[in-house]
Amino acid sequence: MSDQNIFYVRTEEAPRLPAPPSQQGITGWLWNNIFASMADYSTPSKAISSILMIGMTLFTAYSLVWMTWTMLDFAIFSATFSDPAGGKRETCLANGGACWPFIQAKWYQFMYGFYPKEEIWRVQLSMVMLAIGTLWMVLPMMPARGKVAAIMLFVYPIVVFVLLNGGPVEHGTDDIGRIVAGVWFPLIAAGVCFAAWWLTRDGKMGDVAMALSPAMLMATVVLGAFAVLPLITLGIDLTLGTEIVETNKWGGLTITLVVAIFGIVISLPVGVLLALGRQSNAPIIKYSSVLFIEVVRGIPLISVLFFASAMLPYFLEPGVDFNKLLRAMIGVAMFASAYMAEVIRGGLQAMPKGQYEGGMSLGLSFWQQMRLIILPQALTTVIPGIVNTFIGMFKDTTLVLIISIFDLLGILSATLKDPEWSTPTTAYTGYLVISIIYFIFCFGMSRYSVYMEKKLDRSHR
Amino acid sequence: MSSVSDGEAQTGPERTGIAALVFDSRARSLFFQALLAIILIGMVVVAIQNASANLAEQGRAFGFDFFDRPSDIQILTTFGTWLIGYEAGQNTIWDVFLLSIANTLVIAVAGIIFATLWGFLLGIFRLSSNFVLRGFATIYVELLRNVPLLLQIFFWTAVLRIVAPGPREGGYLVPGLLQFNSKGIYGPYPIPHEGFASTLWALLAAVIIVYGFSKWAKKRQDATGQQMPVFRISAVVLIGLPTLVFLATGRPMEIEWPNFVTEGPVFKRGFEKGLGSYIAPEFFALFLALSTYTAAFIAEVVRAGIQSVPKGQSEAAEALGLPGGLSMRKVILPQAFRVIIPPLTSQYLNLTKNSSLAAAIGYPELVAVFAGTTLNQVGRAIEIIAIVILVYLTISLLTSAFMNWFNNRVKLVER
Repeated sequence: MSDQNIFYVRTEEAPRLPAPPSQQGITGWLWNNIFASMADYSTPSKAISSILMIGMTLFTAYSLVWMTWTMLDFAIFSATFSDPAGGKRETCLANGGACWPFIQAKWYQFMYGFYPKEEIWRVQLSMVMLAIGTLWMVLPMMPARGKVAAIMLFVYPIVVFVLLNGGPVEHGTDDIGRIVAGVWFPLIAAGVCFAAWWLTRDGKMGDVAMALSPAMLMATVVLGAFAVLPLITLGIDLTLGTEIVETNKWGGLTITLVVAIFGIVISLPVGVLLALGRQSNAPIIKYSSVLFIEVVRGIPLISVLFFASAMLPYFLEPGVDFNKLLRAMIGVAMFASAYMAEVIRGGLQAMPKGQYEGGMSLGLSFWQQMRLIILPQALTTVIPGIVNTFIGMFKDTTLVLIISIFDLLGILSATLKDPEWSTPTTAYTGYLVISIIYFIFCFGMSRYSVYMEKKLDRSHR
Repeated sequence: MSSVSDGEAQTGPERTGIAALVFDSRARSLFFQALLAIILIGMVVVAIQNASANLAEQGRAFGFDFFDRPSDIQILTTFGTWLIGYEAGQNTIWDVFLLSIANTLVIAVAGIIFATLWGFLLGIFRLSSNFVLRGFATIYVELLRNVPLLLQIFFWTAVLRIVAPGPREGGYLVPGLLQFNSKGIYGPYPIPHEGFASTLWALLAAVIIVYGFSKWAKKRQDATGQQMPVFRISAVVLIGLPTLVFLATGRPMEIEWPNFVTEGPVFKRGFEKGLGSYIAPEFFALFLALSTYTAAFIAEVVRAGIQSVPKGQSEAAEALGLPGGLSMRKVILPQAFRVIIPPLTSQYLNLTKNSSLAAAIGYPELVAVFAGTTLNQVGRAIEIIAIVILVYLTISLLTSAFMNWFNNRVKLVER
């Protein structure tokens, strides 16, 4: 075979032809995305489905245009934007569109409820801190995101509590004395436990003592919380000089955020404990976790809230009564914990068995395995699920209005009853604005969840 | 670790007495379980003691005798009212309880059916190659998923209030069939006469015949490859047989139409009470909100399910010459169902649980009327809320059991 025999074989690549005109540019896009699905009339059944497709497309396009136009018309073209004369409902009645002056007039309540005006910087400061902290945790280029997350989970709620509620010091030095008097016993007890842990932890006091040292550490942490929390709140309170604002004055977005953040902060650790409990080999631990998770997941949040508001008081000491908002928050947190536990269990089950075995072969204790090996991986893989649970919980906070707590939606329902602003369109204006606020939060979270899902997707497709 | 440096690392020291117990993993596990049990039992005991002290302080006793009390609660007319035949002052609290359960089940079933149809349609739209349908489904899903359900319920209530004519006026929702105003939707109500039972028997017989026929047709197709027009024959039998019997027995049914009163005293104008069938606007608003909201989630479930079917399957169906609808029905969906069913079940359960939001707009279901109104009247918080929790748990368990059974049927049969 000589070279002459294969003269018909190309020696260089042929030039690439452009795609046919029907597949290019706008026409190609239109063809592929709209007309291709309705252009086949070769058989009767295909013709029928093509015609159906044309009908559905036209109808859908028409309704999309109609909805967009109605929305624009309502929100902009025939809306009332300002109310210089102070006519309130008369001004809005004249146009028949959205009543924006209503939103301007009630915006303060939407955000802060009945929080006193001169103290409002406290709410704003908490919200700014929340925004900065969240951004810091979410943006990948920020340094020390784990530490910021820990601060947001454990320190931020305490700071916000003191900021919003006001601290323990109301009546000058008497209160300081009372707090210090309440603190010395747990402080000493925590010190003793800490000393016990320090002495026993490396086995110099014998094996049995060493086995008990983790219990000592736990006792130190619990007692220390009792001792240190009042001191911290006292410190913050003394620096800021905040007065007490009763929770029944809170409202609007403030309550929504407070309930949601409380739910998040409680549900994560409790969810981890419940999920671990459900995986445990010890029957009592396992079945009490299963019972809690399944019962709470089987009933609606409203009945949990009713439970917290109507039934719980019966189970407390006679005469003990605690804050309605706190009860609702406990209800939401219980509910979120059960769902969180199932999400985290998914992550735990996705861990290959080798990870557990590797931990064991290194001689790590159960909690060391969990803390150093299992949980960091399991929690990272289920971040999308965790965020989705947060979204659900954020939307569910609206239910607290049923036990008459004025969250964002509750305060809207309350302001809609104001006769000065009663027009046919006031309700729609309010619903539109509130939906946009919820949408921004929930959509933002869901985008983050999608982003994490993509980032964590290790499958090589 | 001292034991490692002792040089006895491989075996560890023999432990006796307390040390043996402390380092025995079974003993440890027992100890922590006992601790948890003691804490839990202690909490329960303290709760019971407190509850009895609290009840004694209020002069009440624990018990379910309140069920026998007559109830004078005014309840919106709905399906449950019709089923129980409820009238304020005539019935007991037990009847109120049954009524509220019936209302919960009705809204749940109606919502589930509509949400499933709408959700599957939207899920298929989301994967459509048609930009308009795909865009619509995407916007719909993103908007409805990210706005709280309670807000949507309020929105639909407000829409119905604006769209519907006033209580003294009427309008047609479906021309010739359904009329409506702000008091509700009114339609025809069939009143069966004597002899209508035979029509029902005929319907039952038709169902049995169709079932047997489709089994036989499938067997025949498996054996010979010949297809029968099962759908058309079934439709003819299902509609034809009862209609024939109905006509043969002399049409033993009367249709009661709603009566629209335009004359007489003003407060009596509008639709006459008790004539025709009636759907309360609260029911309709809740139904719309629940089903459209859940449909958005179902659409996502369906999309994920369809995307989980490998592309080769649809290509193979195309290669076999199956038209689009048939390949969807016979090839794609049966495989997608395996992925779809577990999350679909939890969506159904969510819808059922979310129906409790009716408490906010006054549709008389379990939470609104039993845990709300009845609780306020009777004041038995512990008993009533415990019962509500039990009922929801039962519904959840039954739904999961049914869906598990269904899941087992469509599950991949592996060797």
